[in-house]
Amino acid sequence: MIETHPTLAQQAFIEKEKLHRRNVRVWRFMLLVLLLSVWELCARLGIINDFIFSSPSRVTICFLEMVKDKSIFMHIGVTVMETLVSFVLVVVCGFLIAVLLWSSRSISEVLEPYLVMLNSLPKSALAPILIVWLGNNIKTIIVASISVAVFGCIMTLHTGFSQTDPDKIKLIYSLGGNKKDVLLKVLLPGSVPLIISNMKVNIGLCLVGVIIGEFLAANKGLGYLIIYGSQVFKMDLVVMSIVILCIVSAILYQGISLLEKKIKF
Amino acid sequence: MKPKLEVSGLSYSYHSLEGETLALSNISFTADNGEFLAVVGPSGCGKSTLLSLLCGLLIPDEGDILIDGVPKSESGVNIGYMLQRDHLFEWRTIMGNAELGLEIQKKRNSSSREKLHNMLHTYGLGSFENARPSELSGGMRQRAALVRTLALEPDLLLLDEPFSALDYQTRLSVCDDISTIIKSTHKTAILITHDLSEAISVADRVIVLTKRPGRIKAVVPISFGSENIRPLDRRNMPEFSVYFNQVWKELQNHD
Repeated sequence: MIETHPTLAQQAFIEKEKLHRRNVRVWRFMLLVLLLSVWELCARLGIINDFIFSSPSRVTICFLEMVKDKSIFMHIGVTVMETLVSFVLVVVCGFLIAVLLWSSRSISEVLEPYLVMLNSLPKSALAPILIVWLGNNIKTIIVASISVAVFGCIMTLHTGFSQTDPDKIKLIYSLGGNKKDVLLKVLLPGSVPLIISNMKVNIGLCLVGVIIGEFLAANKGLGYLIIYGSQVFKMDLVVMSIVILCIVSAILYQGISLLEKKIKF
Repeated sequence: MKPKLEVSGLSYSYHSLEGETLALSNISFTADNGEFLAVVGPSGCGKSTLLSLLCGLLIPDEGDILIDGVPKSESGVNIGYMLQRDHLFEWRTIMGNAELGLEIQKKRNSSSREKLHNMLHTYGLGSFENARPSELSGGMRQRAALVRTLALEPDLLLLDEPFSALDYQTRLSVCDDISTIIKSTHKTAILITHDLSEAISVADRVIVLTKRPGRIKAVVPISFGSENIRPLDRRNMPEFSVYFNQVWKELQNHD
């Protein structure tokens, strides 16, 4: 780029753009403050029953108490750990199976209807069976989580692999390569953006699966806290867990985005 | 002297559930060492099929391909294939792309690297060795693709409309550029194109194919007196339009 002195019009444009961005940030924050204050106010004035609807202050108190006895960190840690374990397994298994399907036309055609069916099956329906089969423990949660994400992952990656430019494959063969070279030199490096965008979807789905699993088979974790809180009518606990879940999911997603920026060529 | 390439009685059909399509029928021709052939014909006449057969990506139904008098499958020669687009991989540097063939054939070493380095220099890509393909212009990309092909020291070069993806101006200069490089290395080359002027401006002989199934309609020898006239200069010579009309007539003539 050649350094030149920006013209007045350019300066004005940049000023305008900066102002716009600042406005967006301010309004985002204001909206949050507004919602929280309306909620708090309604609870204080008795417009809504704060025993049922909770309130920002009650949620904060509940949170601080759990911070004091450190139990909240254990619950967050368990949920995050379960999510990450199942996420890694989904990415690895999904990838390997997608490569297998790509390598053999017969295998992929035989398995296709099964994959389509399993992908559209509501995975929460499997949870009770998983409890019976695997027991009331972390295995059930991780398998439930994998089942939510893995089929979509396989299908997306397989579709991506099969859409590789046939001329690029021809190029490898014309240079004397074989199918392994196609896989290592074209498919894998060429699919990095696809794999990462797929990871973004999967991390969210894994969290969904973990929460489903924790609803049914857990005595730790944020999903457990939500179910437990609703059963004993401690709505503060439920709302707090949901808020934390929002933050956790946002952080996990941002983590993958960061990875994406690093890998970009 | 044996011709570099001898093709005799080549036929090939494509199969699908709807039926069988005869793409090429009874193709025979030869190419001498260092000769530049161009193959022209209407679209769908099996031009690209011919190159895939020569390269060994497809196995002919009938006919033989001899290189230096030996069947292609036994000769173990390297055949360089340039595709319509450069297909440089964005995740590799220009050097990495140029090395691709050597890497696949496990022939990469420090002397091959040195040679590629010199080659990139000669073809004006010296300062782009570590650049990504997206930083290069269309013509430079095509040159990098040529280096990738030449790195394997092919005995025979197959060019499948390698300039067709470029805009017209770039195309003229890249065609000039690439064909001059190929001629300077004295490689035998076969260029597939649908652009008659391109064919006449670079080739020593032009092979005209018929509509599907492709058969050889005519072989037109091209001569501009001297070997060393660049393609762009050939276009300005009076013989050019004579050859153009001759090839054009062959293409038009349905019988």
